[in-house]
Amino acid sequence: MPNAISTVGLTKTFGETRALDGLDLAVKAGEVHGFLGPNGAGKTTTIRVLLGLLRADSGQVELLGRDPWRDAVELHRRLAYVPGEVSLWPGLTGGEVIDLFGRLRGDYNRRRRDDLLERFQLDPTKKTGSYSKGNRQKVALVAALASDAELLLLDEPTSGLDPLMEAVFQDCIREVKAEGRTVLLSSHILAEVEALCDRLSIVRLGRVVEGGTLGELRHLTRTAIIAETAQPAQALAGLDGIHGLEVDGARVRFEVDTDHLDPAVRRLGELGVRSLVSHPPTLEELFLRHYGDELAQEPERAARTLDSTSPPRP
Amino acid sequence: MTSLTGTVALTRLVLRRDRVRILVWIVALVVLAALTTVGIEGLFPTQAALDQTAAATQHNAAAIAFNGAPQGLDTVGGQVAFQFGAPGMVLVALMSIFMLGRLTRGEEEAGRLEVVRSLPVGIHASTLSAVLTVAAMSLTVGVLTAAVLIAQGLPTAGSVVFGSSLVLVGLVFGGVALLAAQVTESTRVVYGVAGAVLGAAFVVRAVGDIGDGTLSWLSPIGVAQKARPFADERWWPLLLLVVATVLLVVAASALAVRRDLGAGLLAPRPGPPAAAPSLGHPLGLAFRLQRGSLLGWGAGVLVMGIGYGWIGPTVDAFIGQNKALAEMLASAGGGSLTDSYFASSFRLMALLATGFAIQSALRVRSEETSMRADMVLATPVSRWRFAASHLAVACAGSVIMLAVAGLAAGLAYGLAGGGMQSVPRLFVAALVYAPALWIMVGLAFALDGLVPRLVGVSWAILAACVVEGFLGAVLGLPNWLSDLSPFEHVPQLPAAGLTLLPLVVMSAVAAGLMLVGLTGLRRRDIGRI
Repeated sequence: MPNAISTVGLTKTFGETRALDGLDLAVKAGEVHGFLGPNGAGKTTTIRVLLGLLRADSGQVELLGRDPWRDAVELHRRLAYVPGEVSLWPGLTGGEVIDLFGRLRGDYNRRRRDDLLERFQLDPTKKTGSYSKGNRQKVALVAALASDAELLLLDEPTSGLDPLMEAVFQDCIREVKAEGRTVLLSSHILAEVEALCDRLSIVRLGRVVEGGTLGELRHLTRTAIIAETAQPAQALAGLDGIHGLEVDGARVRFEVDTDHLDPAVRRLGELGVRSLVSHPPTLEELFLRHYGDELAQEPERAARTLDSTSPPRP
Repeated sequence: MTSLTGTVALTRLVLRRDRVRILVWIVALVVLAALTTVGIEGLFPTQAALDQTAAATQHNAAAIAFNGAPQGLDTVGGQVAFQFGAPGMVLVALMSIFMLGRLTRGEEEAGRLEVVRSLPVGIHASTLSAVLTVAAMSLTVGVLTAAVLIAQGLPTAGSVVFGSSLVLVGLVFGGVALLAAQVTESTRVVYGVAGAVLGAAFVVRAVGDIGDGTLSWLSPIGVAQKARPFADERWWPLLLLVVATVLLVVAASALAVRRDLGAGLLAPRPGPPAAAPSLGHPLGLAFRLQRGSLLGWGAGVLVMGIGYGWIGPTVDAFIGQNKALAEMLASAGGGSLTDSYFASSFRLMALLATGFAIQSALRVRSEETSMRADMVLATPVSRWRFAASHLAVACAGSVIMLAVAGLAAGLAYGLAGGGMQSVPRLFVAALVYAPALWIMVGLAFALDGLVPRLVGVSWAILAACVVEGFLGAVLGLPNWLSDLSPFEHVPQLPAAGLTLLPLVVMSAVAAGLMLVGLTGLRRRDIGRI
């Protein structure tokens, strides 16, 4: 399948700050692609380059087979965007803003709009100045989801939504996916990415540091196991991939690299398992470990990136 | 006084973040006062020269309408108060309005006040820190101006009264802005309301001073001038301004505790659930977003046009009393005094309308910094259409402002006894300023396209044009410098004839500037940078 989004070696600096540092990203057509990273990793900058709002300093970028800087207008007929920080015109109502974006885009589906308003429980007669962050986000989401765009660029679209609305959002994205459309979902809500995404890219300091399907990334994770065994479990200590082994009489706790799970469990079985609790590897753990390690190693550099969420302001 | 806890810390924060802005305002105003004084000393080197101009001004209704009642004009101090008083007070008032609006409603609108108020900070602390800052700025301007005048050898009493009148006008308009900030939710509207009050104060004073002076007591500027600096000073009118300031601040704080943070007193009403058909393209959006601004500035221009038109016939009457002056003016300028009066009036109104033009052109920038442009530009709307839509509103709106000014002045002049046959003439006299306004639109937008962080310079350029227009002669500016102001190249209708060439050239320059801005905008990154 062709790539809906492809960037190679993308760089972008704002003064002293290197926001993108050779970012490679490939999003296949028809997939929901998770774009993960801590604050300031370069997610928003990437999306704004993809929108043609920023011009990359170097590297190649292609969106639906075209150049987002040069062909912005043509491309924007085929995509919809939800910014992370939705700021609207305080004097217009939510309904007016949604209609406006629909008409500017040109593929406006009135019925879908009304349906989405109901699902997201948004009052279209209120002025956007009186909306909460979550409600402003709903306006942008309804405007984007009411379109027929083949590509959705969503920048942390649910950071202001409550859990009920988060569920509605997830339903909507599944419908979008079922229609064969492509979604780039930037997020740091891991449960959301886990629930929705086919593949994901983890970005850090302006580079994609890990990418693949959730399954492919599981090799980077560890499974936590708590068991009671008939014989003391000290023998596990000799195995590869075992971490943090604690034996307390018959009880044993340890973590095991997911690709060493099989030998560990076999060995455990030989010891006579009486009870077993295992925590499957979560994305959260993967994420924390990835960043936890590197943050610990490079506190200074990491601290610097945390300040570089947005371009420097005057 | 727990309601004031944290005032000192917040004042220090204000001084830190706005130090450049504060310094620029103060230095610019004081330097202007100093240059005006030096200029007047050069302009009238002898007592005979002063006596002559004093006698002439007595009967110059136009000068009275723009500057104030003639008092002590046979002294250098009296001339300084006359020439610098009105523009100086307007500038100090604008300083107060912009600073206060920005520090109160601006902070609230940006959501920063919410964070501040979550700290152990009193409910009035942030407001008080803003008031203190603005009061200190006005005070500094007044004290330094008085010091400069005294250093120039002007009488101490007059200098102090004049300095004090600047301080108090600053305070009163700070109070007006503070009150406006309680009533409305938008900083832009605060500026609009307070600016309209300032405009009304200017016009009411003009009408009052042309008449018997009673009406001028309704205007803070008029009241300040009643303190008669350099002409047997009296202090008590200034006390009225102190009282007015106190009342405004008390009223504002009474309102402040009655409303919610972030809200105005007028609750927002629900609006239409769906957009009107006009709100479906960038031009419709630009017009909708600028509608309020158009109405606000339009009202200001309308009031000014009516005021100056209404005074028009009086200008004729004034000349009737002084045949020699009328003959002198007629032989010098060719036109009648009324014509040159209207030429100056329209220049003033055109400068006011330029405020709209710049604000409107800078809408392109404010849409960008608020990140709203991101969402528009992520639709199939090109940067060209996005910017051109706002520029179209700016350019067309400029013409509308001038048309309103011309019609209002013409009709008011006609109704007041000047004769309705002047209406078309005055209408055209106002409209010829359109290319000058377009140049200012172009300048603001060119800055946006090329060096977006310096768009604020557009306002400094307007201020320079205002100073050049009001004080150019007094300051003795060299011709090349005066000629930089586009307003210098507008044919002075109805006093002078209509010449098309400068208008065509200026329109071309304006178009060129807009093209430069557009090219810049298409090449650079969109965002807060």
